[in-house]
Amino acid sequence: MNSITEDVPKKTESKSVTTFKETFNQHIEDIDTTPGWWRRMKREAFEAFLETPMPKRKDESWRFASLSNLSFAEFDYGKPPSIANAQELVEKSNVLEHQSGSFIFADNQTIDAEKASFELQQKGVIWTSLREATSKHGELLKDYFMKQEVHLGSEKFALLHSAFVENGVLLYVPKGVEIEYPFLSYNWITRNNAAAFPHTLIIAEEFSKVSLVEAHFSTTEEAPALSCGVTHLFAGVGAKIDYTLLQDYNEETLGFQINSNIAGKDSTVKSLSVNVGCRNYRSETHGQIKGDGAQVEMLSLAVADEDQEIDQRTLQTHSAANANSNLLFKNALKDKAKTIFSGLIKVDDGAQHTDAYQTNRNLLLSNTAEANSLPGLEIEANDVKCSHGATTSQIEEDEIFYMLARGIPKEKAQELIVYGFFEEILERIEDEKLTEVARSIIQTKFSSK
Amino acid sequence: MIAFLDKMTATLDIKNLNVSIGDKPILKDFSLTVPKGEVHAIMGPNGTGKSTLAKALAGHPDYEITSGDALMDGQSILEMEPDERSREGLFMAFQYPMEIPGVTIANFIRAALNARQPEGEELNAPAYYKSLYEKMDMLKIDRKFTSRSVNDGFSGGEKKRCEILQMAMLDPKYAILDETDSGLDIDALKVVADGVNSLRGDNMGALVITHYQRLLEYIVPDHVHVLFDGRIVKSGDKNLALELEEKGYDWVKQLAETAA
Repeated sequence: MNSITEDVPKKTESKSVTTFKETFNQHIEDIDTTPGWWRRMKREAFEAFLETPMPKRKDESWRFASLSNLSFAEFDYGKPPSIANAQELVEKSNVLEHQSGSFIFADNQTIDAEKASFELQQKGVIWTSLREATSKHGELLKDYFMKQEVHLGSEKFALLHSAFVENGVLLYVPKGVEIEYPFLSYNWITRNNAAAFPHTLIIAEEFSKVSLVEAHFSTTEEAPALSCGVTHLFAGVGAKIDYTLLQDYNEETLGFQINSNIAGKDSTVKSLSVNVGCRNYRSETHGQIKGDGAQVEMLSLAVADEDQEIDQRTLQTHSAANANSNLLFKNALKDKAKTIFSGLIKVDDGAQHTDAYQTNRNLLLSNTAEANSLPGLEIEANDVKCSHGATTSQIEEDEIFYMLARGIPKEKAQELIVYGFFEEILERIEDEKLTEVARSIIQTKFSSK
Repeated sequence: MIAFLDKMTATLDIKNLNVSIGDKPILKDFSLTVPKGEVHAIMGPNGTGKSTLAKALAGHPDYEITSGDALMDGQSILEMEPDERSREGLFMAFQYPMEIPGVTIANFIRAALNARQPEGEELNAPAYYKSLYEKMDMLKIDRKFTSRSVNDGFSGGEKKRCEILQMAMLDPKYAILDETDSGLDIDALKVVADGVNSLRGDNMGALVITHYQRLLEYIVPDHVHVLFDGRIVKSGDKNLALELEEKGYDWVKQLAETAA
């Protein structure tokens, strides 16, 4: 068996690195029935991971972020012996009324799957776990799986993901196939110190239409965990992709989420995130406008409380003309919570008639919360419409008084104002039940303290 | 005996109220009793304390009540939080209603009504919408407005109609209308006045604050009081409003000087 730790560890190597190499080798053994190319890819990623330095706060792409004491080795990357209450989790995985197919994972293991309908399969739709895809759809993965460069600072975390990812979903939609109901990918973390690697890959061919909902939840309030997820959306000519992520991990979890939306000619790609969980959460979203006339929307709402930190980095890269991208990130902060929004619009010189917008709005609900905003533009084309704007505000006392004067208690008034603040994001969620779930996640966050 | 007591206490009773903004006294020993079933108008030039009276009674934190009392049906409201006053039956229609982006009128009024429900109980949704639509029709508000954000992008007239809609839905014991006529054209004024008139009756007392006599042509008051420099300088029936319109506010100043 090949093993990268066949060499005797060098003297300079720290104990934690040695342990982590053992952890990785164990992981490779656990998945030894998978194709060789995947295991090779993992080893390369792991080697590169070890060589890549840990980001530092003084790096521009990590400005304001806290990264202290993150020790990868302390998490459990192994295969769980079994998943407790799997059936209960399956029943709880119900954010949608109708779905075209689903996968439910707990600690990276598939606990339930609903296949795409026979009709969709006949049309050539592929809805499968990543694990199965590596055996059956290797050719497809060779072109698309983990093929996106990381530009926003999380190279090391993307490599960690590549090294350890063992499950997730592949959704391939052939030319011209339009699918009414969303696909669903549920990722539960159940174990103490579990490391989870959610993965979503959507490939939508010409003029196809598809939507997917991804959920990231914990089963307990207390168990610390690491989640390091990657989502890549590829929209072909005229294709439409609608992607929603609900992230409600417990507040002991460290979360990293690296997303790329690759928009072809005349395609429409919408990604929307609802983030309320994690102690520290870092999201990177790269909208890559590759084809003329593409429409890309990047939407996000987050509620942070107590000592939570939500760090959002975005990039809208326009390398084609006549396209439009629109970003709106809204954050509400309570207690001592902290958010960071850093966004950049880059317009290449050939990308004439680009319309690109970037807006970050923060609502401070306490005097001790901190919202940082770093918007930016880099424009090389001369005939474009671009704007960026960031605002940080507090609830106006007179708004509260107006609601009090109608008999609405203060807490409820604040809640209504926060909902109101998020409404322009929530109303963009197409599925009615999902909108209600998103609302109730926000509500729970407000009523729990 | 009980009937007698009810009659004695079914009032909004403002006693020697002194109100300051910062260090500046605005209302000075202001006293007024509004029995249920009556409409009282308060008129006066700008800056004499009309809006201060409304906001102080509603419990706005910027208005400090230094002495005096305000009793609603015999119970002092000054120690109550603004939301409690509202739930007890006091309503103020704002001169400048706030815009609340993202909160629909339907949800806003529902939250206000739910706050009046016993603990753990919620409104019956179909009955709520039925009642809401009835009142919207009466106030000539398009039903589509239920899903619009409160006052967000509304015209002046729409905002004021929305205030009266809230009043109609909350069914207060006492309503204070703070310059509800300001910024309204005559058609909007009529609609608003019709709305207020339809709510008049034995179960509600109203205090209509206005700068102009015009509103009182449509909401005919039982009593008119003239406010100047923080106190009432003259009271009378509806004809006082006409007299005031004719003689102008200089006359009020003279009245005040005579009184002092």
